[in-house]
Amino acid sequence: MAIKLKELAGKEERLVPGHRLCAGCAESIIIRQIVNAIEEPVVIATATGCLEVASSVYPWTSWRVPWIHSAFENASTTAAGAEAMYRSLVRQGKIEDKDIKFLAFGGDGATYDIGLQWISGTFERGHKVIYVCLNNEAYMNTGIQRSSATPLGASTTTSPAGKVIPGKTQWRKPLTRIMAAHDIPYVAQASPHRWRDLMEKARKAVEADGPAFINVISPCPRGWRHDSSMSVEVAKMAVETCYWPLYEVRNGTEWTLNYKPREKKPVADWLKMQGRFRHLFTPQFEHVVEELQAKVDEEWERLLTLCGE
Amino acid sequence: MAKSIVKALDGAQAVSNAMRQINPDVVAAYPITPQTAIVQNFSQYVADGVVDTEFVTVESEHGAMSACIGASAAGGRVMTATASAGLALMWEVVYVAASMRLPLVMSVVNRALSAPLNIHCDHSDSMGARDAGWIQIYAETAQEAYDNTLQAVRIAEHPDLLTPVMSMQDGFITGHGVERVEILDDAEAKKFVGTYKPKHSLLDVDNPATYGAWDFYDFYFEHKRQQTDALSRAMPIIVEVGEEYGRLTGRKYGIFDPYEMDDAEVAIVVLSSTAGTARTVVKALRQKGIKIGLIKPRVFRPFPARELVEALKGVKAVAVLDRSISFGAMEGAGPLFLELSAALYAYGNGRGPLAVDYIFGLGGRDVIPAYIEQVAQDLLHIAETGERGDLVRYLGLRE
Repeated sequence: MAIKLKELAGKEERLVPGHRLCAGCAESIIIRQIVNAIEEPVVIATATGCLEVASSVYPWTSWRVPWIHSAFENASTTAAGAEAMYRSLVRQGKIEDKDIKFLAFGGDGATYDIGLQWISGTFERGHKVIYVCLNNEAYMNTGIQRSSATPLGASTTTSPAGKVIPGKTQWRKPLTRIMAAHDIPYVAQASPHRWRDLMEKARKAVEADGPAFINVISPCPRGWRHDSSMSVEVAKMAVETCYWPLYEVRNGTEWTLNYKPREKKPVADWLKMQGRFRHLFTPQFEHVVEELQAKVDEEWERLLTLCGE
Repeated sequence: MAKSIVKALDGAQAVSNAMRQINPDVVAAYPITPQTAIVQNFSQYVADGVVDTEFVTVESEHGAMSACIGASAAGGRVMTATASAGLALMWEVVYVAASMRLPLVMSVVNRALSAPLNIHCDHSDSMGARDAGWIQIYAETAQEAYDNTLQAVRIAEHPDLLTPVMSMQDGFITGHGVERVEILDDAEAKKFVGTYKPKHSLLDVDNPATYGAWDFYDFYFEHKRQQTDALSRAMPIIVEVGEEYGRLTGRKYGIFDPYEMDDAEVAIVVLSSTAGTARTVVKALRQKGIKIGLIKPRVFRPFPARELVEALKGVKAVAVLDRSISFGAMEGAGPLFLELSAALYAYGNGRGPLAVDYIFGLGGRDVIPAYIEQVAQDLLHIAETGERGDLVRYLGLRE
């Protein structure tokens, strides 16, 4: 279980350089942490989105592992189909059991919104698929449109901050809780700045030996409007403000808080790092910051109770 | 000839029996009327352990095709079944399956599309998918539905094709109609379909490959050309498989079934179960000395354009019977008529027959012999006068 840096440094990368993700995009960091933490052979399905278009530009590929893209909403079910075939062929003795692990990657659009039904079905049927949401909180690949993961007040191209409306007017879907409510063996929230935590979660997801879901916050310099050098810092602040708590849920019932900030920072500290919230720091819209803080506090308290903290 | 047993089966049971014999590695399907019986029967085979299949009970038809894509890319034999709204829901990924050249077989029990809601037979569902890149085969009877299912596996998996096959039968009329069906001996059926050895597999972790890449304008066009060329190569393979099946069972299959066409002066072209009704009428009219023939296309995709034009040579008037409308097409004609008209123009050297279209049977509206007799009378009038009259007509419709 322990992650040793020395070991990792010697491992062959599974997602190799040359992909076209933006400078500062957290997605490649997250994927490398996850796929390099897994010892076993992997097969990866990816939803349509930034990762897919940036890593599979024909005739090139950045993947040194078997990889498939089918459509936007169905990465989970594509992986589930491959996993079903694997189980079938191994059971029939048609192929050797190589202990292959099946992963699916999708953005928040693919996961929170368009693909929710497919993921739910995949989990209900018990496919051994680890679904990872690379959550950059909007439809970034198509130009920063709001999603149900976009937080209250964020300005996106379909929830723009205007003269009367302060960006997105709804909070966000509690997706990690929804996934935990499937009572699957393993669900977690993670952040790339706590790399060891994230890598351990990838291993725990493998060891859970059943459906698993990891929701990882993935700062997007283009959409969040921060310098591309700041992505990891922005992720860290999301956790320090308790906007993005790190926790895991086993079998829908065993809740564990993985990190408790010594001092819970105000959410404004995180908002101020990002241009998408700039308009909130005006007299007209500053009430939204308070509403956001109230939502974060409410969810944090609820989580502490669930985790027995 | 191979051993077989005779059973009284409906079309759905016939297809599920073929699926039992094929014993796919993965089946992912979602029940929908009137395909439901196929999924239910197959579930029982799984429950009884008579198949080795991993049966994925998906939450929707889009999920069914999505799982089939993942499973097929993972290098095994994969089947599904659907109808109507189910096919419409999986639309997006029906194209993906064909474009990724995955040799799936999908049984379609034809049913009308909403709205208004209707569960009965017409061909709007599969005809809507005619440009999705799949091979399309239509069955008249439960026997044909069974035979086509076995052959579909061989066609789809042919190394020169690697193209999915949609195998159609008429909802309720064939799907729920009990008929005499000859079921091949299990061992013979298994021998005929053989084993599938994929060239590439997602599970080949030692030789990792990328499936479903992102194509720009610099490659997409070439890939589409390869895809259309493959589909165009399908016809001889379909014929070859049909002939081999004929040697095995005595039931030889080709591109279409001509009936009394040798000296026909007028002809009817119709797909699926209605061909049975039409054949009865043609037979009766022949006894009266009327030179009428019938063509029942079996393969609609790829469309046998040259072959049909050749078969209609010498015919003065032809009536196409369409069980769906291509909305907004020339006078609201149906797809079979549009394809045949295009073929007659392209390959007929301006000497083709006068052609008319009859839309019929939408939403399960019954087709009785009297309607076909009317078509025959119309055809004889057109042939005699040389006047085509209305291009598109309706059978059994209250105006």
